[in-house]
Amino acid sequence: MAEWTSLSEAVSALVRDGDTIAMEGFTHLIPFAAGQEIIRQRRKSLSLIRMTPDVIYDQMIGAGCARKLTFSWGGNPGVGSLHRFRDAVENGWPGPLELEERSHSDLANAYVAGAANLPFAVLRGYTGSDFMQVNDRIRNITCPFTGEVLAATPAVRTDVTVIHAQKADWKGNVQLWGILGVQKEAVLAAKRAIVTVEERVRTLDAPPNACILPSWVVTAVCEVPRGATPSYAHGYYDRDNAFYRTWDRIARVRDRFQDWIERHILQTRDFDEYLRVQRDPQIQAVYS
Amino acid sequence: MSGHYTADEMMTVAAARLLRNGAVCFVGIGLPSTAANLARLIHAPEAVLVYESGPIGAKPPVLPLSIGDGNLAETADTVVSTPEIFRYWLQGGRIDVGFLGAAQLDRFANINTTVVGPYQKPTVRLPGAGGAPEISSSAKEVLIIVKQSKRTFVERLDFITSVGFLNGGDARERARLPGKGPVAVITDLCVLRPNDVTRELEVRTIHPGVDRRNIEESTSWAIRFAEDCGETEPPATEELRVLRDLKMRTAVAHGDPGEAA
Repeated sequence: MAEWTSLSEAVSALVRDGDTIAMEGFTHLIPFAAGQEIIRQRRKSLSLIRMTPDVIYDQMIGAGCARKLTFSWGGNPGVGSLHRFRDAVENGWPGPLELEERSHSDLANAYVAGAANLPFAVLRGYTGSDFMQVNDRIRNITCPFTGEVLAATPAVRTDVTVIHAQKADWKGNVQLWGILGVQKEAVLAAKRAIVTVEERVRTLDAPPNACILPSWVVTAVCEVPRGATPSYAHGYYDRDNAFYRTWDRIARVRDRFQDWIERHILQTRDFDEYLRVQRDPQIQAVYS
Repeated sequence: MSGHYTADEMMTVAAARLLRNGAVCFVGIGLPSTAANLARLIHAPEAVLVYESGPIGAKPPVLPLSIGDGNLAETADTVVSTPEIFRYWLQGGRIDVGFLGAAQLDRFANINTTVVGPYQKPTVRLPGAGGAPEISSSAKEVLIIVKQSKRTFVERLDFITSVGFLNGGDARERARLPGKGPVAVITDLCVLRPNDVTRELEVRTIHPGVDRRNIEESTSWAIRFAEDCGETEPPATEELRVLRDLKMRTAVAHGDPGEAA
């Protein structure tokens, strides 16, 4: 059964240095508050997995939380580069970052394999590309029935998966809707799962085919309103496109990035205080 | 005639024209999304736009800034999970046209969106694959839209992320890729199509106001022109009106004058 806790307690109890962690959300419902709490608690040597690293992993990589990144598309959507990710890959700053590079289709399939407790994913992909030359975990397999050669890639299994959802009931049953990404699979592929939600409700009153994660596949559930901003939560708030553009300026320069992390994350107590700093026009004037 | 227009507008209009009404189109973000939505608003109202984040049959009122904007989900016929979009809909063979962008492209329309320079020590780390490798192999046909320059049209790719015709000739068929590959590359200078035999890209139509030297100087290999190479039809007044209106609405909605990357 999921336990209702504060985000700070959930990260403290469930995320350990060196863990393999997936934080999913395909543009939508990205668990930013949780990512920042991991930075705040100064977790190190994490093996991060995420289809689209986005600004959330740019912050974590730049802050020195990551040892390895498994991903399939690493950009700032609608804006351009992830500068902290690029600085880590191109210059090894703030430390070397091992890459395991795959495609969206591969990682989506690999999460399904993880959720299904299978050792590998099988897909028709990568033929003719250079991926196998740089990632020896992408291999060929021959279909025993047709002889067709397919790609086999290792399942994604995580120590901890973190997602954000719209709501959960008092027992910790979680509901999400809109663009669902791979969140359900990522939770089912995890040993421990942390879910932050927009609100805690008495009952979900969900229709029979709604996307529900039953309380007993979730370890901790935390009420964190606006916990996905600057991404969006369908039905609650829109994507903060201006922040994604501002991030390009913040992350482009190491000093500016470090100053931002210090002021917004390391010197704030929790996400509520982060939101207050983020809304303070005097502080923000420095970054725009 | 339609008066003044930019090279980017010509490129987007030329690309939009190639999407036929009723086609099921897997759309990349940025230029492909602009062209696909322009087509939907002009001559292809029945085109089914599929985005890799899960929306099928999206009809966004303004251009999405990211691949998973809320307006894609709100206007879609259905929204499925990311594993489902790749497994059932793309790999399942239900996509007629894949619409892609590129960072680098070679003469056989292979695409690099991974690195410039050596993989282990890149001079530029690009975003990577996204959905493109499976789109380029599994969609029945592929359209590529990309700005043409020596930096994008290169002699040799630093990394093959998504395949076009590999080494040309029947290499793609021998590799047993399900889809037939790129059918056109649309740039800000011209429209290219693969030669029927060699599969090397050839310039088929040149945009008005562009000459052959412009194209040669914007390509790192000795580019070929088709024997029947002609001129691209300039944008019609209606095409430009709809495109500009769409972009203006988009800028207002996103609070930014720029275009999605």
